[in-house]
Amino acid sequence: MSEISSAVDDKGLGATGRRDAWWVGPLLVVLGLSAFGVYSTWAAWTGNNYLLTAGGADYLSPFYSPDLKSLLGISVPFSYAFLILWVPLGFRASCYYYRKSYYRAFFLDPAACAVGEPKGRRYKGETAFPFILQNFHRYFFYLATIVLLFLWYDAGRAFFFADKLGQLHFGVGVGSIVMLLNVIALSGFSLGCNSLRHLTGGKLDCFSCSAAARTRYKLWGGVTFFNLRHMEWAWISLFSVGLTDLYIRLCCMGVLHDIRIF
Amino acid sequence: MSKRTFVVWRGNKDGGNFVEYPVEVEEGMVVLDAIHQIQRTSAPDLACRWNCKAAKCGSCSAEVNGKPRLMCKTRLDDLPGEEAITVKPLKSFPIIRDLVTDVSWNYTVNKKIPPFTPKKGADFIMQQSDVDRVQEFRKCIECFLCQNVCHVVREHNQKSHFFGPRFFIRVASLEMHPMDALNRIPQIKKEGGLGRCNITKCCTEVCPEEIHITDNGIIPLKERVVDQFFDPVQIVIRKITGADKPQPTE
Repeated sequence: MSEISSAVDDKGLGATGRRDAWWVGPLLVVLGLSAFGVYSTWAAWTGNNYLLTAGGADYLSPFYSPDLKSLLGISVPFSYAFLILWVPLGFRASCYYYRKSYYRAFFLDPAACAVGEPKGRRYKGETAFPFILQNFHRYFFYLATIVLLFLWYDAGRAFFFADKLGQLHFGVGVGSIVMLLNVIALSGFSLGCNSLRHLTGGKLDCFSCSAAARTRYKLWGGVTFFNLRHMEWAWISLFSVGLTDLYIRLCCMGVLHDIRIF
Repeated sequence: MSKRTFVVWRGNKDGGNFVEYPVEVEEGMVVLDAIHQIQRTSAPDLACRWNCKAAKCGSCSAEVNGKPRLMCKTRLDDLPGEEAITVKPLKSFPIIRDLVTDVSWNYTVNKKIPPFTPKKGADFIMQQSDVDRVQEFRKCIECFLCQNVCHVVREHNQKSHFFGPRFFIRVASLEMHPMDALNRIPQIKKEGGLGRCNITKCCTEVCPEEIHITDNGIIPLKERVVDQFFDPVQIVIRKITGADKPQPTE
């Protein structure tokens, strides 16, 4: 038996008695969110190569949907994507899963469980500006659902190709499948939203007290099914959006050729 | 039988040291077994709180290799074999002696929460769907690992205006009870400091009962706070329908 140290109180950034690689998780989040942030900002900034019409296709990048340029017929001195992207950005930024991720990875608040934080900060959590605005997550959910409906329309439209006379025919291209998978991933993410879980049935105190409550209980169970994998849906849908834009962009640039399966 | 080295914190509120102890290890041993062996062979004065040794009493909480855990549920063969095993008291609570901390703050918080208050003429025949949700929260064994790991307590020491995850799920179990008549949401927002929780889920990670503290307790409470304090549509609907439950009186 021998004395080896006199410290019991770990204090300061990164101070911990943990011996596992606790820093890997936050590092991956920083890399993943940064990569997506840089790419999506660039893709939105360019304002071109977002609509593929070659071969009769109609593939619209999710960063530019709904197609406000056609819908509103207005001209803005910046990329149309910026009129849209604040909605999914707000939805994801206020999402309970992403909040956990970036509070840990970017704010180190805490970086990982039982790991020290930077000293000298006055912590208020989500009780003060700006993080008190996270309480409006459900409103971003409503807006994101409208965008999601447009994306479903776009995915359906991607299965119809125009001939030389402009008539539409059902067909399947690689892009059609890419857009369908993307909107399925986005729907999986939205259907697991914690605010939706609350609104469908979570806010009830009694699940069995009326026919309406029993129906809402079933809906709550359905949302809970998606909510259990909310983190996975969050990452899958984040990358599917970026990759869908990249696929359409590369096809528009002539780097890739969209293959018609039939 | 092999030997492993344990590094155990020894001391009291005025200070202390980590002390090394060799321990004879057998297959199936948990950290609490090793602590008992140290008490038996090397340090009979080593203080350690324990009771059931079955992960049900919540007494033997400590930090093993830096992670808050129940000592009776932490198998030695789950810890890296070549390294010494460090055991120290819970960081967030005042040390009494060695591995024993003063967790009385938790009991003070508990007293602030109004108990179950049945509705008038409540019918206590409940359906399984209603029981299931609150039953999860009642698995809590009050080991206070979640309170210890929560950074609002651990790093920011905001005990005076924060209830902590254990008591958020206690409030959740009462708020979601179909027969309860009170509205504790204003209390949990103001006095309980629910907004200070930034849902980083450490409480859920360390819970030995695997209660989904954040997803099933804290986030639903935050959404109820939004209903009552932030969502203008919900506020108007409640005003029109008069759907507020009464708040507890002082």
